[in-house]
Parts: sequence; C-alpha cells; structure tokens
Amino acid sequence: MENLNLILPEIFISLSIMFLLILGVFKKDSSKILVNLSLFSIFITTILTINETFSVNRETLFNGSIVIDQMSSLMKIITLIGGFLVLVISSSYLKSFKIYNIEYPILILSSILGMMVMISSNDLIVFYMGLELQSLALYVLATYNRDQLKSSEAGLKYFVLSALSSGLLLYGCSLVYGFSGSTNFDIISNQLNSDEYVLTFGIVFILVGLAFKISAVPFHMWAPDVYEGSPTTVTLFFTIVPKIAALTVFIRFLYVPFFNLIDQWQMIIVFLSIASMIFGAVAAIGQTNIKRLIAYSSISHIGYTLAGLATVTNEGIQSSIIYISIYVIMNLALFSCLLMLRRKDQYYEDIDDLSGLSKNHPLLSLCLLLILFSLAGIPPLAGFFAKFYVFKAVLEQSMYFLAIVGLLSTVVAAFYYLRIIKIIYFDKEKDKYDTDHSLWLKFSLTISTILILFYFIFPSLLIEVVSRINII
Amino acid sequence: MNFPILSSLILLPIVGALFLFFTKDKDGNNLTGKYVSLFTTVVNFLISIYLWISFDQSKSSFQFIEDRTWIEGLVNYKVGIDGISILFIILTTFITPLCVISVNNSVKNRLRDFLIAILIMESFMIGVFCALDLVVFYLFFEAGLIPMFLIIGIWGGTRRVYSAFKFFLYTLLGSVLMLVAIISIYWITGTTDVVKLYEIGIDVKYQNLLWLAFFSSFAVKTPMWPVHTWLPDAHVEAPTAGSVLLAAILLKMAGYGFIRFSLGLFPVASETFTPLIYVLSVIAIIFTSLIALMQEDMKKLIAYSSVAHMGFVTLGIFTLQQQGIEGSIIQMISHGLVSAALFLTVGVVYDRMHSRLISTYGGLVSVIPKYSILFMIFALASLGLPGTSGFIGEFLILMGAFKDNFLVAVVASLGVILGAAYMLWLYKRVVFGNLINEDLKKIVDLNRSEYFILSCLAAPILFYGFYPDPLINTIEVSVTDLISMHEKNLASK
Repeated sequence: MENLNLILPEIFISLSIMFLLILGVFKKDSSKILVNLSLFSIFITTILTINETFSVNRETLFNGSIVIDQMSSLMKIITLIGGFLVLVISSSYLKSFKIYNIEYPILILSSILGMMVMISSNDLIVFYMGLELQSLALYVLATYNRDQLKSSEAGLKYFVLSALSSGLLLYGCSLVYGFSGSTNFDIISNQLNSDEYVLTFGIVFILVGLAFKISAVPFHMWAPDVYEGSPTTVTLFFTIVPKIAALTVFIRFLYVPFFNLIDQWQMIIVFLSIASMIFGAVAAIGQTNIKRLIAYSSISHIGYTLAGLATVTNEGIQSSIIYISIYVIMNLALFSCLLMLRRKDQYYEDIDDLSGLSKNHPLLSLCLLLILFSLAGIPPLAGFFAKFYVFKAVLEQSMYFLAIVGLLSTVVAAFYYLRIIKIIYFDKEKDKYDTDHSLWLKFSLTISTILILFYFIFPSLLIEVVSRINII
Repeated sequence: MNFPILSSLILLPIVGALFLFFTKDKDGNNLTGKYVSLFTTVVNFLISIYLWISFDQSKSSFQFIEDRTWIEGLVNYKVGIDGISILFIILTTFITPLCVISVNNSVKNRLRDFLIAILIMESFMIGVFCALDLVVFYLFFEAGLIPMFLIIGIWGGTRRVYSAFKFFLYTLLGSVLMLVAIISIYWITGTTDVVKLYEIGIDVKYQNLLWLAFFSSFAVKTPMWPVHTWLPDAHVEAPTAGSVLLAAILLKMAGYGFIRFSLGLFPVASETFTPLIYVLSVIAIIFTSLIALMQEDMKKLIAYSSVAHMGFVTLGIFTLQQQGIEGSIIQMISHGLVSAALFLTVGVVYDRMHSRLISTYGGLVSVIPKYSILFMIFALASLGLPGTSGFIGEFLILMGAFKDNFLVAVVASLGVILGAAYMLWLYKRVVFGNLINEDLKKIVDLNRSEYFILSCLAAPILFYGFYPDPLINTIEVSVTDLISMHEKNLASK
C-alpha cells in the first residue's frame, strides 16, 4: 500500500475542487463564499505541504511516477502562496467587470492542482497530465472577461499556440520513450547516455515545449498578447504561478532524465537564456501598455533564471529558485500597484496613466519606485540579490560570456524601468485615482514592498531554505 | 565589541530621513524638515570629527573595524577606516550640512523629498568610503545612483530628464563589469574581504582583466576622458545642492576606488596600465581645459574644470609615488571644497538672475562686493594659487609625476596654465568689466545663510593652503603603507 499521506495536499485540493463545484451549482450567488472557501482550502493545502517539508527528504510513489522532495515541496509552497495572493486581491477587480463568478476560484484551484502534479511528476505521463490540467484551466482564465474582444483573442491565441507546443512536447516525449523504453524519469536517466541523433530531436522538442510554457525567447510570441488581453488579475496569475511550476519541471527534466546528456542541452539553455535576456530588455523599450511591458520584462527575467540552470551545479539551481521567488514577490507588488490605478470602475493600464503619480499618491509612487529599481536590479533592493546569486553561480563555472551579456542587458533593461520612474516622478500630474482599495490589496503591496526593501538585512534566510535542495 | 561608530555614521542620515517622512511641506517650505535634516547632518559631522580626533594616525592598519556575518559564508558586512578614508568621510559630512542649508534658496517644490534624497545620499556616500568588503562597497556605490537620479530628474533644469538618464545609464554600464570582477575575485580567492585580499594577493594572470573591469567603473565615475560626457550634462541640469554633492563627493568615490582597490588589489596590473592612465589623464587635463575655455555657461565651465582636475588626480595616483598619491588625495579633498564652493557661487547668482550664461553678467564687483571677494578666493584656489589648498595638491602631484615621467609632468604642467586661463577669464568676465546688464543693478549681495556657507568653505581652503600638515599627517602612514605593500607585491611577483 502506498503512503498516501505524501500526496495529502493534492488529494485535499482535488476534493475541495469537487466540493466547491457542487456547492457552486446548487447554491445561488455563492461566489463570495466560494472564493473564501477556496482561499481556506489553499491555506490548508499550504499547511499540509509545509508540514511535508519537515518530514520528507525524498520519497517516490506509484512505482516512482510521483516524487516528493525538498524542491517539490518548496515550489508547491511558493505556487500556493502565489495562488492565494492572486485570488485574494482579485475580488474587487472582477466585481468591477461583473465577472465575479463561481468559476474563477475553481479554475484557479484546478490550475494550481495541475501545477502541483507537474511539480511532483517523475514520469512523462504524469507530467503531461498535470501540464494539460493547468493549461486547460489557464485557457479559460485568459478568456475570462468574455465580453471583451481582447480577452477572447488572448484566450484563443494562447490555446492555439499552447496546443502546438504541447504537441511538440508530446512528440519529444514519445521519442524519448522510444529510446529509453520507459516513461519514468529515473529509468530514462539510466538508459539515456548515447548521443543518438534522433534522441537529440526528442530533447529539443521537449525543451521547446517547456520553453514555450515559460515564454523564453524564441518561443515567447504568445506572451505579450495574452498578458495584455487577459484580465489583469489573470495576467498576474500568468506571470507568476505557472512559471514556478514550469521552472520546476525544467529543472527536473534537465537534471534527472537528461542529466547524462549535458553536452546536448547546455548550449540550448545558454542560448535561450541569452536570447531572452537581450530580447526581453530591448523589446520592452517601445511598449506603451504596462501589461505588455511586464510581459517583456518577465521574458528577460526568465532569461536570468535560465542562466542559473545552465550552470549544471546545485548552486545554479538554487540561485534560479531564489531568483524566481524574488521575481514572484516583485511581480506581485507591481501588479498590486497596477490594480490600484482605478477611477470608479475603470482600470488604467497605459504607462502614460502613471504620469505625475508622485504628486497625488506619494506613497504608492514610492512603492513603485522601489519595485521598479528592484526589477532593474539596483542594490540594495531584493532584485539585485537575485541577480547577484545567479551571476555568482554562473561565474563559478567561468561562463564569462553569459555573465557579461546578462549584466549588460540589465543596463538596457534599466532604461525602460527608468522611463516608468521618469513618468511617475518627472512628468505632469493627471487626475487623482481612487484610494478606497481593499484591505488585501494594500496588505499584499505593503508586505511585498517591505520584503523588497529590507531583503538586504537578512539575505541568508532565503539561501538557507533553498540550500536544502540538492538535485545533483 | 566597541560601539559601532561607523555604522551609526551610516545609519544616522537614514534615521533622519525617516523622521523627515512624517513632516509636511507648507507653501513650499518645511521648517521642521530643514531643522531635522540640519540637526542630523551636523551631528553626523561632529561624530566624524570625533572619529578624526580619536583616530590613531601612527597606526597603519584599519581602525574602528566592524565585522559581521551578512550573507552566510559569502559576504561579511565589514567596515573600517584608515587615514585615507577618514578624510573623505569628513569631506562628506562637512559638505552635506552646507547642501542642506543651501536648499533654503534654491529648491522651491517638494522640499521634503529633496532633503530625504540628500540624507539618503549622504549615508550611501559614507558607506562607500568605509566599506572594507567588495560587495558592500559595490552595494553602496550603486545604491547612490537612485537618489542622485531623482535629484537630477525632479529638481533639475530644463534638460533634466536627458541628463538624469545619461548619468544613470553611464554609471550603471561602467559598474556592472565591476560586479563581474568582484564575483570573479570571490571565486579566485574565496573571499571579498579587502583586508584579507591585501594579504593574500590576487594571481597575476587574472590581474589585468580584473583591473580593466574595475577601471571601467571608476573611469566613468571619475570621470576620465573619453567617458566624461555625462558629467557636464548632469552638473548643468542638477539643482545647486545636487551639483555640489556630485562634484564634491561622488566624483571622489572613483578616485578613492582607484587608490583602495586598483592599486591595492592589482599592483602588477596597475603598473602595466600606468601608461594608459597617463595618456588619458593628460588628454583630460589639456583637452577639457581647452573645452572649458570655450564655455559660455558657468556651470558647464566648472564641470569641465572638474574633469581636468580629476585628470590631475588620476595622474597623481598612478605615479605610484608617495608625493603623487598624497597629492591626489589632497587634491580630491581640495577639489571637493573648491568645486562645491564654485557651484554654490554660481547658484547664488543663478537664484537671483535665473541665468547661468557668462554673458548675462559683468561688473558684479561694483554691486555685490562680498560675493566677488569670496568668488575670487575660490577661483584662485581652483587654479592652484599658492596659499590655497588647490596648490598643495597640484604641486605634490606634479612632483610625483616629475619623479616618474618627465614628459607627462611637463605636459600636465601646461594644464595648470590653462586652468589659470579659464578660471581668471571667467572671473574677469563675470565680476569685472562694465555693468551693462540693467537687471544686474538690482542684484542683492549674499544673504546670511549664503555668506555662512561660502565662508565655511573658504576657511578650510585657506587654512589647509597655508598649513596642510593635519591632512598630510593623517594620510601619511596609510599612503606609505600602501606603497610599501605595493612594492612588496611587485617584488614577489
């Protein structure tokens, strides 16, 4: 009998999805209760997962197709916290568009479930199942504001392109299966050590599919459109939560089944990393919509995360995880600010709408200032440390080219962050925005800004947590 | 463990800034805010003076060291001072209160935010001068960009946005390579602690590249020709207090960095690249002096003269002679005082006439004599007249240069003449001549606070001009130590 305690969080969250679904069907006007209940269930799941990290070092289940280790637990916790905060600050936004329905929390919960399965997967089929579960939920979420043309367009685009990438991924999986004779990562890892020509194709297909999911250049095309079109809260969800899961899978694939084929994939990762860093930085310069700009900026941040993966060291992986955690905090803070740009029920998302914000909203502008400088990687803010750890790992392997290109592209990226700061602080002011924000929104902005600002006081805290992750 | 005096020096301005956050601007004025910031900066100045008094000049090692684990197993928060850094700290804590007072006349909008920016800037600058760990140094060095960007961008002149961006991106571009070098040093030696690095030294084969990476950052910040172009823009557009901070202290970070890191950590590379520095410095001295001659904007003229003076500084540092380095340090301190004073004098007439063009003025001596006298002292100090601190620095640098390389010294000496030319010509055009501009007749002489600031600056300029011993005594042991360590390293390689 398998020890089902290990997947208690997953079981709990699936049961709550079913329960909530039934509740939603039978009870009218139950969206508020449903949101609260889903928050509660995420909360319980988080506690269950945290509990797991203390008791489990590395265990496998169901003939090794599910793995529970330090990395999976930590990534699940970040996913859950991210999902919780997204859900909690969504309400007022959804209400103002009159799309505060029961589907929203359930879709978010199911995509989180899909991601948890992805994170724990140690088998091609389980992995694919999790991936599709989260993707299906995300397609619907992207079109969630269905009366708006842009939102429907975003969902459709995302669906078509994502289906294509899933196809590539499946094809890659089948090739790998053909060579190794198994779908289990550990067995594949032992089987694969040849440098067969066709096997390389399999790896490339899988990497392309994964690169699509984390929107690394050159498979990023969907990101700006989808990010712009989706409702802002869904965009926030897109920019943080699926990335964590996809990154975990990336790490798992590279360092378990493909570990013996480093020569084949290292160059690919370095290329993806450099291309994303440069392209993300350059393409963001011309943007006028904040959400599009965030899309490009997240592309370049993914580039830095991948730089850590390219090092093939535990430190590199750890630095990537640190990077993505800090990135999650920064994005959460940035979107909280974005959700505060509201007059009556109208939300504003053009960069010009920030013009002169510092005159009327000094505190909000100060937060934005800190967040943007942190995103640009200026010390002593958290974003600097994220980059510092990554480049420390990269330079340990003497990958000077990668480090120098990465750091130079931060200078380019600094330009567009500075541009926003310029608009906020140097330009003429516009009308005031509303200030009656929900408590949760203020809370998430305050907490994340404080974390960004004071990260430098206890920089080793995060390292200690992450240092327990030893994949290699 | 002793009282962490250096950390409190760094933290105090930030605490002051926090208090300021709770004050409010009323009709463009903020008396409480001014008093709070003045109080903080003056207390900081007194602490630094106490530091100077209790500093043991005969000891060569670092003093007041604080060493705390910061990033586990990677970086320690380590600060400490020697004879070189203490002078820069005092310069910083001396100039900042004057900036705060000068705000009275020049800054009209968002006074509170301006004072906060200045205080935070002060704490970062002090941090730079006492950091004894490369990462800590980098942190302070880069963090200073944020407040300065805002100071130029929010309170600057008409082209402030362009200048702020140029300032930020230029400096950032220079610095990122330094970050690569710092992390590489960590992997090569296993530490980023400067004191330890002094002892173990860095392998010769890495030194050249690392030196160049540090150089890229310091050269932009100094600024050296040909990457000096951000400086005139930034200076011209920044508000007076911003220009003062920039010229008096920010530029010194790079000179300090050259001494502390380039010379200290990469002795062989420093020797190798001396010709490069010589050429760039001499070009800076001659070329920017000529440019300064042609300027019609007073602030721009002073900005270019700063580049020329910093050319002397880099020249002096890389003579690798006792006199040269001591001269450079004194030149930096003196330039800190003189350029601050010059920007303030320009600020005084700018606040009244709202023009920085030299052609607006002429014949000031007959309407505002007090101003003209003080302006004369600063102009003469800038051109290095004996009896002013400017002379001591330039003289020592040229002495060091003559010892090391005759040709370079001769060409650099020409720069002294050019310096006299543009400064005197500026003075002549602004102060002497006939009073042609009708508006000038209504101009009023220095008010009390301006008079106070400028006299505060004139006093040390004259005092150290006649009696530089306190400065030289403070740095002597540290410089001797630096040079002997340098020679030892060279010999062992």
